[in-house]
Amino acid sequence: MENLASGLAIGLGAIGPGIGVGLVVLGALQGMARNPEAAGEIRTNMILGIAFAEAIAIYALVIALLLLFV
Amino acid sequence: MGNVFRPKVIGVVLLVLLVMVGSAFVIPVPLPAIILPAEPIFCIGGQLVEGKKGLACEGGFPFTNSMLATLMVDLTLLVIFVTALRNMELVPRGLQNAVEALIEFFYGFTEDVAGKENAPRFFPLVMTIFIFTLVANWWELVPGIESVGWITKAHGEGGWAKRELLPGFYTLVREPGEYILVPWLRTATTDLNVPLSMALVTMVYVQISGVRALGLAYFKRFINFNSFMDFMVGILEIISEFAKIISFSFRLFGNLFAGTVLLFVMPYLVPLLVPLPFFALEVFVGLIQAFVFAALALVFLSIAVISHDHH
Repeated sequence: MENLASGLAIGLGAIGPGIGVGLVVLGALQGMARNPEAAGEIRTNMILGIAFAEAIAIYALVIALLLLFV
Repeated sequence: MGNVFRPKVIGVVLLVLLVMVGSAFVIPVPLPAIILPAEPIFCIGGQLVEGKKGLACEGGFPFTNSMLATLMVDLTLLVIFVTALRNMELVPRGLQNAVEALIEFFYGFTEDVAGKENAPRFFPLVMTIFIFTLVANWWELVPGIESVGWITKAHGEGGWAKRELLPGFYTLVREPGEYILVPWLRTATTDLNVPLSMALVTMVYVQISGVRALGLAYFKRFINFNSFMDFMVGILEIISEFAKIISFSFRLFGNLFAGTVLLFVMPYLVPLLVPLPFFALEVFVGLIQAFVFAALALVFLSIAVISHDHH
């Protein structure tokens, strides 16, 4: 049961951040395509934005690990 | 452009597939036990005994495999920087050039984010975080790490049989048994204590920089009685300071722990060729995670020194 719970925790918790990261990269790529000169700056900010979106998935991972190992 | 389905091409593809599938039967690799906390490998002033899962210490101070790995990371950094900067030349060549290029690139990045005034204050911490995390992450890819160590009884479900390789030296084989491996070295960042301590140091330094730049007015962003809205925002700010510690440490830990498990599981499924792209992926993940940790620390530092009143 704990295995199922931890699988569900990370599986469901990764949906939102997945969409979020996709949207971040979508915006960044559109920006880079329209203004290639700003690509470097956009890329740095994109990685930071991905890191923030990913944090939600990390919380789900924490729950999954807690269920599995503790 | 020739036809892709030439006999030669098909032959090569079939051969590669045959090698991959065949290797799973010819060289079966056991899956190492996946243990979340770092395991003690010897005890300072105590006795190493077989615990419930892996090894444990009876009295004394447990010296874990991730501590040894952290020392190895420090040693690597010392060797790299001492050899690079022993005979410094005005026109840098070789390793000195590479080190200087890295540091100059990062200093430029720090100036871009934090501004010329604050860059000298933030740079030492941010650069240290970056190179330490980078080397710690890339130690994951060194052969022998997490695969050489003490063989001990599993005391529970799982485990593999052991076989004598040379007199006194044993290896685990992929047959049901009761032995697991406690590695001498484990990637430092897959032990939660390492990222957590880095996150704590960073967040404490963020508060110190905020107070140094703004004085006691810094705390106005946490406790503010101007209006009900400001008060609630302040409470949210306090919570988010603690959430930053959690997301900081678990981001690095989660990515590297998952990466290590991935590098275990892939050779377990198919020993040859298939793990190769995953090793390349881990090189990339290690670099990105080191950069993300350093860049986020820099961003939080820059936010802390900006006053909330004039924007």
